[in-house]
Amino acid sequence: MSEIREKMDVCVVGAGHAGCEAALACARLGLETVIFTVSIDSIALMPCNPNIGGSSKGHLVRELDALGGEMGKNIDKTFIQSKMLNVSKGPAVHSLRAQADKAEYSRAMRKVLENQEHLTIKQAEVCELLWEDCSDPDKTPYKKMTGVKTDTGIIYECKAVILCTGTYLKARCLCGESITHTGPNGLQAANYLTQSLEKMGIEMRRFKTGTPARMDKRSIDFTKMEEQFGDEKIIPFSFSTDPDSVQKDQVSCWLTYTNEQTHEIIRGNLDRSPIYAGIIEGTGPRYCPSIEDKVVKFADKERHQVFIEPEGIYTNEMYVGGMSSSLPEDVQIAMYRTVPGLENCKIVRNAYAIEYDCINARQLYPSLEFKRVKGLFSGGQFNGSSGYEEAACQGLIAGINASMEILGREPLVLDRSESYIGVLIDDLVTKDNREPYRMMTSRAEYRLLLRQDNADLRLRKKGYEVGLISEEQYKELQAKKYLIEKEVNRLKNTTVGANKEVQNFLESMGSSSLKTAASLAELICRPELSYDVLGFIDSDREKYVSRFIREAENIYGIVSKNLFDAVIEQVEIEIKYEGYIIRQQRQVEQYKKMEKKKIPENMDYDKVPSLRLEARQKLKEFRPVSVGQASRISGVSPADVSVLLVYLENAKMHLKEDECF
Amino acid sequence: MYQVDTIAAIATGMTDSGIGIIRISGKDSVDVGNSLFCTPSGNHILKNVDSHTLHYGFIVDKLPQEPCVWKDYIIDEVMIVVMKAPRSYTGEDTVEIQCHGGVLVMQKILSAVLDAGVRLAEPGEFSKRAFLNGRMDLSRAEAVMDLIHSQNEYALQSSVSQLKGNLSEKVRDLREQIIYEVAFIESSLDDPEHISLEGYSERLYEKLTAICSIIEKMTGSFENGKLIKEGINTVIVGKPNAGKSSLLNTLVGEERAIVTDIAGTTRDILQETIRLHGISLNITDTAGIRNTDDIVEKLGVEKALEHIKSADLVLFVIDTSVELDENDKAVISMLSDKKVIVLLNKSDLSMVADEKSLKSIIPDNAGIIRTSTVDNKGIDELEEAIKNMFFQGQLRSSNELVITNIRHKEALQETYQSLKLVLNSIEAAMPEDFYSIDLMNAYASLGRIMGEEVDDDLVDEIFSKFCMGK
Repeated sequence: MSEIREKMDVCVVGAGHAGCEAALACARLGLETVIFTVSIDSIALMPCNPNIGGSSKGHLVRELDALGGEMGKNIDKTFIQSKMLNVSKGPAVHSLRAQADKAEYSRAMRKVLENQEHLTIKQAEVCELLWEDCSDPDKTPYKKMTGVKTDTGIIYECKAVILCTGTYLKARCLCGESITHTGPNGLQAANYLTQSLEKMGIEMRRFKTGTPARMDKRSIDFTKMEEQFGDEKIIPFSFSTDPDSVQKDQVSCWLTYTNEQTHEIIRGNLDRSPIYAGIIEGTGPRYCPSIEDKVVKFADKERHQVFIEPEGIYTNEMYVGGMSSSLPEDVQIAMYRTVPGLENCKIVRNAYAIEYDCINARQLYPSLEFKRVKGLFSGGQFNGSSGYEEAACQGLIAGINASMEILGREPLVLDRSESYIGVLIDDLVTKDNREPYRMMTSRAEYRLLLRQDNADLRLRKKGYEVGLISEEQYKELQAKKYLIEKEVNRLKNTTVGANKEVQNFLESMGSSSLKTAASLAELICRPELSYDVLGFIDSDREKYVSRFIREAENIYGIVSKNLFDAVIEQVEIEIKYEGYIIRQQRQVEQYKKMEKKKIPENMDYDKVPSLRLEARQKLKEFRPVSVGQASRISGVSPADVSVLLVYLENAKMHLKEDECF
Repeated sequence: MYQVDTIAAIATGMTDSGIGIIRISGKDSVDVGNSLFCTPSGNHILKNVDSHTLHYGFIVDKLPQEPCVWKDYIIDEVMIVVMKAPRSYTGEDTVEIQCHGGVLVMQKILSAVLDAGVRLAEPGEFSKRAFLNGRMDLSRAEAVMDLIHSQNEYALQSSVSQLKGNLSEKVRDLREQIIYEVAFIESSLDDPEHISLEGYSERLYEKLTAICSIIEKMTGSFENGKLIKEGINTVIVGKPNAGKSSLLNTLVGEERAIVTDIAGTTRDILQETIRLHGISLNITDTAGIRNTDDIVEKLGVEKALEHIKSADLVLFVIDTSVELDENDKAVISMLSDKKVIVLLNKSDLSMVADEKSLKSIIPDNAGIIRTSTVDNKGIDELEEAIKNMFFQGQLRSSNELVITNIRHKEALQETYQSLKLVLNSIEAAMPEDFYSIDLMNAYASLGRIMGEEVDDDLVDEIFSKFCMGK
């Protein structure tokens, strides 16, 4: 048999949420890209919850969109209910979540992939990675990717490989005593790649996650549940989606609760749970506990919430949110049937737990390239994360950086102060994560700046520089910035006197009267007042605003009809929360100083005197790129950081001396 | 330069000595020195003096708003020197205050400097700046790194050793309370459909107000510490003729108590205040304790018992040249719950009572020192022991906490300020997610007292206390 060889720029392994974003980014940047999947029908599959977004995950999708990713656009096309969470709280934690029609989501994404220039879709299992050993006088010996080999023996030569294998590597599904060696939904597992990775010296680990049962809608009594509606005014995920286009009829979700009887059944059958019986070796996530875990760990809780969510419009399957489990089928049936509304439920798909191989992401640079293998990138659950959104963001960054490397450009590394994506990746590649990593707002220390409403202002320019955002979109962003600045200045510099009209207005709003003149900005800061209501006393508003818009049009070309609504939102937030934003910006300045102190790639930590042994070992192992990253490694103390700083400064001075000679 | 703020620290170490130096370095140092330093005629001249000149005058505490005599606010009489950049140790503008070398005086001056907006220097930070500003020979870089490290370890050790007992318990408790609240807020943000914040602000406001007043009391104890102001009530007890009066005399340095070889000579209570490493000790010498029918002596014994009750520190003198008897045991029975140093006196004579059998009957936490007032043996050791107990916060008149370390005080003040910001946010009806930024700052500040970092505490707390998830 003659050997078949194909020549590509990039090979993407896996077509889940990470793989799709990675492949699209590469192809859109003009690189010949092939994406492999064990089944074409599982492209952009949502094997667990039927929604995109949620607290902090909504932020991720917005950021992804600002950089030129696809997820936001795809959910805007296929959602069946949408809700902005946390609206009673501050703007920084508002977060969008949409219920997806799973089948439609998958189909729509597949269509995008199929129509993408430079992108080839191939159904095949990648079994082996191909590489060569390299040496460079300046560097420690390293490996370089040359291609991949499929199960049928075909070789794809390439310059970069992006691994997005999700939960498929040596996957094992558990449902009580029944154990199958498959990926999610009975799909074929990938059983060979792990070995190839280990041969390259990549260290593997095993994680676990789980999903609840799906029920037949016809067997559920919804009259015993509380109906959960979507928002009246729907806000799209993507900055490029016209808000008018997403106002449509929505389906409902339903809320019910477990009870003591449910918990009784679970407790009585714990010995049959693979987790409690010790059959599962992988580490599961604490934030997404199975119902067994909830009952055991929070024994004092009398009930747990259960959300019944549709899996799509054209299916009767309903997702039972809050009750993932790996108990045997007979226990599952008994347990679900104790829940009000589910007394006669019929299970379409059983709940199960899944175990899979993944890596400790500390083997990666923040660019998501392996430190020891040039041209090998990875993203998604393979990196030890969890969630569609987390996966998509890593996929995009891995795709961008594989492209940047091939094109000979600088990698795109986002830091903790500019994005949730930066927090996500920094946490993954720096911290010792012992469970699948989920994004949370509490992980972002500068979250007052990292809002979902300003993701475009933070990141669109970077997307443009990379080449995934069009000239037109970038112009629109500049126009938005221009308008925000103009309007904020106007409000700060426009004062209203303490005259009768103003005092009457304030009184009618339940706001205290003015003693002296005040600026409109000062009035917006009052909790009971807003930009909108101040229109009553802001008599010149319309005149100035239309002048600003004309100016913006002159400078940047078109200004779309809804743009000024977005401007008002920013203006109001900037003014109302100015004090907090300034405090946060100061923290960011401190943080940036340390991030800017880069550590040379070939740093020899054995030559740094006075480092404690533990710190030396950790630094050698993880090779941080900056002093800032070093300081976040557990086991590296502030004193070690000081020592490192002095050493680096010293080295710099030596360098200067050498230059003089 | 990697950091530009102004820092200060005691440059001469935390022991009593003839002269102490407080060093201030950074761009604001001359301004700060100028505001604190007065010439004898009451002028603030430091801003206008030449570099590398020495001046005589006073360090004056911040004056109150109302009219007052500035001389009433003098902390110490000092010499002060200004060294302008780059001709100083650190290469930055530097002011050095040379004051009297008592620990308390130095701390007070440092405290005034910090109140003027200067940050307390990290261990080794002056040297680090000197190096980074190119003021230090390159070959000394390694020595600097060693220095940073050893000083850091030292600071950590000493702060840990200071943290035995109540202070660490209190701080740990406050931290736990704060992180619980943050975790609650955060879990409700991450999982709004499971956890509600209904009516939460009011509850938090009450809780933080209570925490604030605790912290206020703690920081207040640094300046107004009863012990510092009024002295430590120290009582010398022991059976007749164990050597109590001799000990008092040795400590005081003069023959105050009547000393004879006849048991029961001290019938009255003698009181004396002495200064020891800057700490005031109110020492009371009591009549020896023994069963007695002598009316005068009996009165003395009863008084002694009373004094033990109100004492901060008990020095229990045992005559080791004779066997322990009922009287010794009677004293021991009164010492539970007291801070005690046991002095095995008359070590110049042959030992009859052995240390092992003693240890089995005296309170566990008591220190044991061998002394002889004839040849002053063990007296230095005793003074050292008292000093350590004081600075470790072990001596206190009631259950009230006393902050003795300026780092702790600074951290507590920062905590307090952060919590106040949270209270402001609640008052201004800000949404709950705005509380976290300042609550976490408060948590981090308290953590500095314990030498602990924040890291993943919050995420762990969220998962362990609140049931999250899909």
